[in-house]
Amino acid sequence: MRLVVVEIGSVVNMFRRLGGDPIASGDPGTIKRADKILLPGVGAFDAGMASLHESGLVEVLRIRVGEGVPLLGICLGMQLLFDSSEEGSDKGLGLIPGVVRRLSPDSSDGPIRIPHMGWSRIEKRRPHNLTEGIGEEARFYFAHSYAVVPKDDSDIIGVSTYGSQFVSAVARENVLGVQFHPEKSHRYGKALLSNFLQGF
Amino acid sequence: MQVEPRVIPVLLIADGRFVKTRCFSNPVYVGDPVNVLSIFNEFEVDEIITLDISAAGSRTPQPLDSLRNYAEECFIPLAYGGGLTGLEQIGKVLRSGYEKVVVNSLLADQPDIVESAADRYGSQAIVASIDIRGESEERSVVVHGNRDVVKATPANWARRAVDLGAGEILVTAVDREGTGRGFDLELVAEVAAAVSVPVIAHGGAGRRSDLAKPVFESGASAVAAGSLFVFQGQDRGVLINYPPRSQIERLFRMTDGSPVESRA
Repeated sequence: MRLVVVEIGSVVNMFRRLGGDPIASGDPGTIKRADKILLPGVGAFDAGMASLHESGLVEVLRIRVGEGVPLLGICLGMQLLFDSSEEGSDKGLGLIPGVVRRLSPDSSDGPIRIPHMGWSRIEKRRPHNLTEGIGEEARFYFAHSYAVVPKDDSDIIGVSTYGSQFVSAVARENVLGVQFHPEKSHRYGKALLSNFLQGF
Repeated sequence: MQVEPRVIPVLLIADGRFVKTRCFSNPVYVGDPVNVLSIFNEFEVDEIITLDISAAGSRTPQPLDSLRNYAEECFIPLAYGGGLTGLEQIGKVLRSGYEKVVVNSLLADQPDIVESAADRYGSQAIVASIDIRGESEERSVVVHGNRDVVKATPANWARRAVDLGAGEILVTAVDREGTGRGFDLELVAEVAAAVSVPVIAHGGAGRRSDLAKPVFESGASAVAAGSLFVFQGQDRGVLINYPPRSQIERLFRMTDGSPVESRA
């Protein structure tokens, strides 16, 4: 199986550990031949989209998703799957209807600190192959100031709470996204990436 | 509210080796970075901060190859700081397996780079490290590895870092670093009250029971320590260690999955 990771990151190391043979690439030609695609992301929304445009990846990602290739977005990569973000003015990939909003500092117990940095649990909204076997004790690492707000509730597969509740995992057919960093979430993240490797 | 305080080992790099200092001096050899990191990886620690202390003088960061090498077998959140002076350089570190970069002297020398880095890579990727010398009324902000004093209060320096785009503050009490005489709770409280981003308390942790104090008494979101996690006993023999999850939950009084809160 040809798993292509768009750009580099520690997620490549994790897939190698899991026995996969990932290719780190920002090349449209390579992504055209991928069986599965992983889209990590570092940075701000507009900068992320600009980098996809510069590498000529926006069209190819849309085409591959249309062909049914599984695509998993991580952190900013998940946010880029949506239509737009409060963080920037550029259009996202528009693969999942909805927007990205800044986390609210309000909570029932007074203001919370943003960015959300640290470990949180996932509350499943519906069963999904991606979160199969991941229990209530599983902790995942988050580092973000923004979170997705899908238009269709049925696209939400998991939520987490930081001050108030936000969407931490989404799936719309073959387009998947998680707000946390599975590649940095110990055995729990390993389990989730292993699901992506084997379950689609 | 689901906020679990993070317990973070801080590892100091000098010339490609992990060392531990006392009050920013007298580095003692701790171990080979890849070995030490792989042990912490097995412990499933919350996060690791690596700081190159030789780079504070040379302004040259660890070569990317070795940074990548350190990150390779680490499936835990990593931050790197030391000698970062350019935007592209910061981007390369963030693409090499590190979620965050730590900036310190750069806040004084080239604040515009900090600002651009936060714009491009997001605030969550930028940790502002603030070193404070002295106690109570006599505190001063220092940069360049405790060599130069900045004319600002810790609170003002922290606020300025957040204005530049930093998403987190690592506050280090220089005179307590490596001494084990406890965190400077007053300092941490002053900084935590001044900003709305998470604050990591660092410098002085001597026992595991010290770790909860900055969270409960000073409003820190995370606690960091060096000696506590690399030495054991009076003679400071090297022993890489980390409290088991159950102990962390007891320390922070997290029961039934309902952890403590961290307020802005």
